[in-house]
Amino acid sequence: MDIVWYLVLSALIFCIGALGVLTRRSPLVILISLELMLNGGNLALAAFARMTGTSDGQVFALIVMIVAAAEVVVGLGLIVAMYRSRLPMDVDEMSELKG
Amino acid sequence: MSATTYAWLVIAFPLAGSIVIALGWRSLPGRTAGWIGSAAIGLAFLNAIAALVQLQDKPAGARHLQSSLWDYVSTVGINAKLGILVDPLSVFMILVVSGVSFLIHVYSVAYMDSDRGYRRYFSYLNFFVFSMLLLVLAGNFVLLIVGWAFVGFASYALISFWYRRRTATYAGIKAFVINVVGDVGLVLAAILLQRETGSLEFAGVFSRAPHVFDRNEWLIVAICLLILVGAFAKSAQIPLHTWLPDAMEGPTPVSALIHAATMVTAGVYLIARAHPLFELAPTAADISAAIGALTLLFAASVALVVTDLKRIIAYSTISQIGYMIMGVSIAAYSAGLFHLMTHAFFKALMFMTAGSVIAAMAGEQNIDRISGMRRALPFTFRAFLFAALALAAFPGFAGYFSKDEILGFAAERGGGYWIFFAVGTAGAVMTGVYAFRMIFRCFAGAPNDEALELERGELPHGEHFNPMTGEKEDTDVGFPGPEHHIAERERPMAVPMLLLALLSLGGGLVQIPGATHVVEHFLDPSFTDSPLAQISTSSGIEALALIAGAAASLTGIGIAYLFWVRNPGSSLRLAARLRGLHAFLAHKWYFDELYDVVFVRPARTLGQVASNVFERSVVQGLVGGTAFAVRVGNSIVRVVQSGILRYYALLLLTGVSALALYFLAVSR
Repeated sequence: MDIVWYLVLSALIFCIGALGVLTRRSPLVILISLELMLNGGNLALAAFARMTGTSDGQVFALIVMIVAAAEVVVGLGLIVAMYRSRLPMDVDEMSELKG
Repeated sequence: MSATTYAWLVIAFPLAGSIVIALGWRSLPGRTAGWIGSAAIGLAFLNAIAALVQLQDKPAGARHLQSSLWDYVSTVGINAKLGILVDPLSVFMILVVSGVSFLIHVYSVAYMDSDRGYRRYFSYLNFFVFSMLLLVLAGNFVLLIVGWAFVGFASYALISFWYRRRTATYAGIKAFVINVVGDVGLVLAAILLQRETGSLEFAGVFSRAPHVFDRNEWLIVAICLLILVGAFAKSAQIPLHTWLPDAMEGPTPVSALIHAATMVTAGVYLIARAHPLFELAPTAADISAAIGALTLLFAASVALVVTDLKRIIAYSTISQIGYMIMGVSIAAYSAGLFHLMTHAFFKALMFMTAGSVIAAMAGEQNIDRISGMRRALPFTFRAFLFAALALAAFPGFAGYFSKDEILGFAAERGGGYWIFFAVGTAGAVMTGVYAFRMIFRCFAGAPNDEALELERGELPHGEHFNPMTGEKEDTDVGFPGPEHHIAERERPMAVPMLLLALLSLGGGLVQIPGATHVVEHFLDPSFTDSPLAQISTSSGIEALALIAGAAASLTGIGIAYLFWVRNPGSSLRLAARLRGLHAFLAHKWYFDELYDVVFVRPARTLGQVASNVFERSVVQGLVGGTAFAVRVGNSIVRVVQSGILRYYALLLLTGVSALALYFLAVSR
């Protein structure tokens, strides 16, 4: 099967994720969208690994999953902390760092 | 122990004394600090004697010992050690310095008793002596400059000792600034010597100099003139003399220390130490001798009209140092150093007696106000008489032999050097006049109120006024304390004065022309390399110098007698008739006014221009411009920092996409 289809699918997932990050305001959905972007990247890495017949791309994908897991831990921790302190669940409201 | 070990101890004791007093000032009751300080200097003196004994044990050719503790710098071409040089010249100097300083310390124990800064005073005093001993024992130019600068600092600290007195702090600053001018000259000379001879050690420089420099080559003359700048600043010679009269703002024993033992003799020592260089540059030596002669005339003439007791003595010091500078510059090394020694005795004594008189007058220093102290202060009077006779070179007293030896040597050199003989003799007449002017004005005549009070057994306690400006003094910081101490009542003051009076009388006996040659023979190993020093004065010229000296001295004393005893008031009439000359002398030949116009005012104008024009337009423009640029820049960048997370994400994505597109385009 041609690698192009895998790459198209991967780009599609990445763009959906990016659009989600840019358009949604709930931090939880943004986190999910981020995961979509990462997995889009992972799909491309796995496809390239398959194409070249080496395992380098698969190792990369595994490392990205580990990083993604760590990131989700931090992100969910922040979201739980926000719930606890009854902050509005809207990233646009959190703009205290403006110059 | 060897001579060098003793010499290290000579330096170590005053330093230790200074540190002990400085650290323990809180827990030293009464006069303890004074006795600790005196003991430190006394031990230094004993070690100096031990070094002398050790040195004399060696054969004459081997009396040149070097020792170093560690290297300051050791690199290509430069090797500066913490090293000392022990030879007859330096041992002679440490003996004079530590001996006279010890007596001044003992005197101060009582004199400064009621001063609030008693412990600070002795800490400074010990440091001063330490610096001077370091200076004369230094075995290379680096350590010499270190000692040189320490002496400058110590004099600053002691001249400004009564720091509530504004004139005293100004005088201290003046002394320090002029001394730094001298330091710069000395440092430049040392750098040039290092460049030309490749050494900083005295021994290396002086042995290589004759091979490196041609006789009277411009470079060696320049180096010698730079050394002279240093020597003149410390020794208060024209044109760097103006700090010394102002240095009278310090306590009187400090004046004794500066004038007799520690500071002003440094220049004389330096010229004697650097004599191999000066003999290579006869032009510089002649300039130095001429300035010495000019200074001795100038200072003696000013001393004739000044009315402040301490300032008369200060000008007499400048004049006597002029004799010494003249002496060592015309290669009369042993004579010049002999005069340094006798001068240390009688000048220390003179300041001690002056201190006693000033204490008896409750701080008053103007000789117009002092009179008839003869019976009120019998001991001080006799001591002052001895000092004045020695200063005026009265036949038989110490100053007589030393001064006439210098003049005899000048005559022996012949030719143009006769001028120095003539100037020196004229100066001797004036010396007699001003020395006995002090005696006749202060001790003869009708007793004044203070003297009468003293004769009844009371010590006057007036309010204190600054002798220079007439401002009321803040006696909380000391001067001279609520109590006054006079030699008649204080054993620690009287004993040093008695010893110095005996030395003023008998100090000249060690070197009577044609009879004894103790100083000359002792110093000989330091000057064997000098052909000029081997000239010995013929007996005919010696006799001429002695007779001329005696005649000059007696003439001077006679003139003083005529003016202030036989015809009192005639001096005022003479001053009124020669008003121009009197004003010229009373303004100290207008040196201070000249410096004000040449240096002070231009510097102040420059400062004002810098503050008004440069500071306002250039500096403030630069600073303000920078701030403006930053403000404009940040107002642009601030727009991006909206604080909204999704904008940041968009910016990030756009940036990454742009980069990716760029690389895609490039890779094609």
